[in-house]
Amino acid sequence: MKAAEVVMGTGARAAALAVKSARVDVVPGYPITPQTSIIEAVAAMVENGELHARFIPVEGEHSAMAAAVAASAAGARVFTATSANGLLYMHEVLHMASGGRLPVVMCNVNRGIFAPWTLWADHQDSMAQRDTGWIQYHCSSNQEVFNTILQAFRVAEQINIPVMVNFDGFAISHCLMPLTLPPQEDIDRFLPPHEPEWRLDPAHPSSFSNVTNAEEYAPFRQMLSDDIMAAIPLVKQAAQEYKDITGMWDGDTIDTYRLEDAEVVAFAVNSMAAELKLSIDILRQQGIKAGLLRPRLYLPFPAEDIINALPQNAQVMVLDRNYNFGHPGGILASELKSALFGRRNDITVKNRVMGIGGIDLPRRFMADEIRAMMDE
Amino acid sequence: MTTSIKQLPDIEQVLSGNGACGGCPATMALRIVGKALGPNAIMLLTPSCSVASMGMTPRLGYNWPCINICFATAGSSASGITHALEIMQEKGRLQGELPTVFTWVGDGGTYDIGFQALSAAAERNDNMIFFCYNNEAYSNTGVQRSGATPRGSYTTTTPSGKRQQKKNMALLMLEHNIPYVATATVAYPGDLYDKVAKAKSISGMKYIEILAPCYLGWQFDMPETVQMSRMAVRSGAWLLWEAENGKISFNKPSASIINGKKDAAPVDEYLMKQGRFNRLLKGPDAAQRIAEIQGDIDREIAFMRERAQITI
Ligand SMILES: Cc1ncc(C[n+]2csc(CCOP(=O)(O)OP(=O)(O)O)c2C)c(N)n1
Ligand code: SF4
Ligand SMILES: [Mg+2]
Repeated sequence: MKAAEVVMGTGARAAALAVKSARVDVVPGYPITPQTSIIEAVAAMVENGELHARFIPVEGEHSAMAAAVAASAAGARVFTATSANGLLYMHEVLHMASGGRLPVVMCNVNRGIFAPWTLWADHQDSMAQRDTGWIQYHCSSNQEVFNTILQAFRVAEQINIPVMVNFDGFAISHCLMPLTLPPQEDIDRFLPPHEPEWRLDPAHPSSFSNVTNAEEYAPFRQMLSDDIMAAIPLVKQAAQEYKDITGMWDGDTIDTYRLEDAEVVAFAVNSMAAELKLSIDILRQQGIKAGLLRPRLYLPFPAEDIINALPQNAQVMVLDRNYNFGHPGGILASELKSALFGRRNDITVKNRVMGIGGIDLPRRFMADEIRAMMDE
Repeated sequence: MTTSIKQLPDIEQVLSGNGACGGCPATMALRIVGKALGPNAIMLLTPSCSVASMGMTPRLGYNWPCINICFATAGSSASGITHALEIMQEKGRLQGELPTVFTWVGDGGTYDIGFQALSAAAERNDNMIFFCYNNEAYSNTGVQRSGATPRGSYTTTTPSGKRQQKKNMALLMLEHNIPYVATATVAYPGDLYDKVAKAKSISGMKYIEILAPCYLGWQFDMPETVQMSRMAVRSGAWLLWEAENGKISFNKPSASIINGKKDAAPVDEYLMKQGRFNRLLKGPDAAQRIAEIQGDIDREIAFMRERAQITI
C-alpha cells in the first residue's frame, strides 16, 4: 500500500488538489478574489495534463453555474468555485441545480458582499443562499477543505443534490498549512466514478425541467425538501468511511471540542471555529468550563446532533459572522434557537455578530467576548 | 443546388400534437431542422413559445432529450453539455458519434438576455449549433419589444411603435470569427435544411437565425405565415445569407437584390399586411414612418453588400 503524501498548501491549493483527486470531468470557472487561485490551479492542471478534464473559461458566474448544471445533466462530474458577488450572481442557476437534482460540487470562498466593496471574509454570501436547496458545509482548515470536497461529491451523487463547500477567504484560502494527500487508490475506493441514473441521452428522448402542473411541481419540491433532510445520515456515513479509509476526521455534521462538561459553549462555523479552540483553552485556564460546538454541516441544519450534543443547562454563545437583516444578530443564532425551541428549554442562547468584512478574530478577543456575554 | 422540399427526408423530430399555435413559424422551422439533424442530438431551450409548445411534463412533442435552462444561459449551458460529451468520450465513457448539441432560442434569449453568454460561447468557439428563431418580439410573455423588434412595430411595451432600429445579430455573430453563420426563414425550407446540414458537419460554433413571422405578434391571418416570410425576403426586410469562415455569400432570392439584378419590393405591402405596423400607419405621419422603415432596410442592404466585399 502506498503511503499518504504530505505537502504544504493553501486552502485554495487543497481545493484544487481535491478536484484532481476526485477525477472531475468539467470545471467552468470565473475569477473573483479570494477564490481565483482555485480555478487558476485547476486551469493549469488541465493544461499540463495533470487532470484529464475540461476547463471552461466562461464570461461570468451566471454562466459558470449554467455550464456546470448542463454538464452535470450530460452525465459529467462537475466542479466550480466562486466567492461573494460571484455567488450572488449565480443565484438563479443555483436553484436550477437543486431543482434539477444535479450533483454539482462548488467551493464558495467566503467573502463579504457589495456594497460597499470588501475583499475579506464573512459569511453573508453563502448564508444569503440559504434557501436555494443546496447542501452546505463549512470548513475550518485546509485539510478539511480537501477532505470535505471528496465527501461532498459522494453525498451529492448519492442523493442528487448539489453541495457547497464553504471556507473563509484568506484565513483559509491563502494560508499555507501541511496537507495530507491520501494515495489515489484510497480516494478512488472512497469516491467511485460518477454513474448518474439519468443523463441527457438521444437514445432516451425526454424533457428535463419542463413546465409542470401544480400537481407535479409540488411533489418535486416536497421531494427536494425531504431529500435534503435525508442527506444527514449520508454526510455522517461519508465522514466515517473517509476516516476508515484515510484515517482523517474533521467531525461529521458537527465537530466538538471540550464539550462534554462545558457550561459555556461557543457556537460558530468556518475558520473562526478553529481559532475558537484556542479561545476555549484560554477560558478553561481562567476557570471557565468552556467548550465548542462547530456545525460542519450548515444545511441541512443538524438540529438533532446539536440537541444531543449540548450539555445540560449550557449557555450557548453563538458567534455569527453575518447579519440576519430584519432580526437582531446573526443567522446561526436564529437557526439554533428554532432548532432548540421546545426541545431544550434548559439551554440559554446568546449571540454576537463579529468578524464582518474580515475583521480579525484572534483567540483572546473571542475569549473576552464570550466572557462578556456570560454577564449579559 | 438548394434541396427542394420534395427531397427533404421523411424523418419527423417534431411529433404531431403539441401546444404551438396553428401556423407557428417556430414549430415549422424546427420541423425542417429536425430533418437535417436527425435524432442524435441534444436540444436546449430557454423560456419561450417553444417551451410552451413542447408539451407539459411528462409529455414531449420534440423527439430529442430536451433540457430547459435559465433564460440568459443558452450559450453557456450548451458549452457545458458539449464539453461534457467530449470529455466523457475521451475518457471512454461515451461511444459512437457524439450527438449534435443545439439551442432553440427566441430572439429575446439571443439578442437580449442571452447575448452575453452567446457571445462568450462564440468567442470560445465551443462546438454547438445556436439556433435563434426570431419572431421579432417576446411572444411567450404576450408580445413585448426585443432587440430584434424592427422600428415602427407595435408591441405591448412600444404602444406607439418602436423608435429604434433592430440589431443585426447575425452580423454581430459573424464578427466573432466563428466558422459558420447563416440566416434563413420558413418560406425557404430547402435553404434552411441545407444550412443546418452544413452546420452539422462543421466543428465549433455555428449560428443560424431563422426569421419566424408570428401571426399573434405580427397580427396577420394565421394561414399566411409562409407568405409573410416570403414577403419579408422579397422586400429585403430579411436577407438570406451564409458565411463559412467569414466569407459571406447571399442566397436566392436575396442574392438578386444584393447584386442589383432585381429590386427589392417596396416595404409598404409587407407592412400593411401586418397589424403591428398598419395600426400605426393611419395618421398624417404615416408616409414619414414608412420612409423611416424603408430607410432602415435600404441601409442594411447597402451595408451587407459592402460588408460581403471584405474577404480578408
Ligand atoms: C430570467 C427571466 N426573465 C424573464 C422571464 C420571462 N420570460 C419568459 S419567456 C420570455 C420571452 C421570450 O422571448 P423570446 O426569447 O423572443 O421567445 P418567444 O417567446 O418569442 O418564442 C420572457 C421575458 C424568464 N423566464 N426568465
Ligand atoms: S405566439 Fe407565435 S411563435 Fe408563439 S406559438 Fe404562437 S405562432 Fe408560434
Ligand atoms: Mg421572440
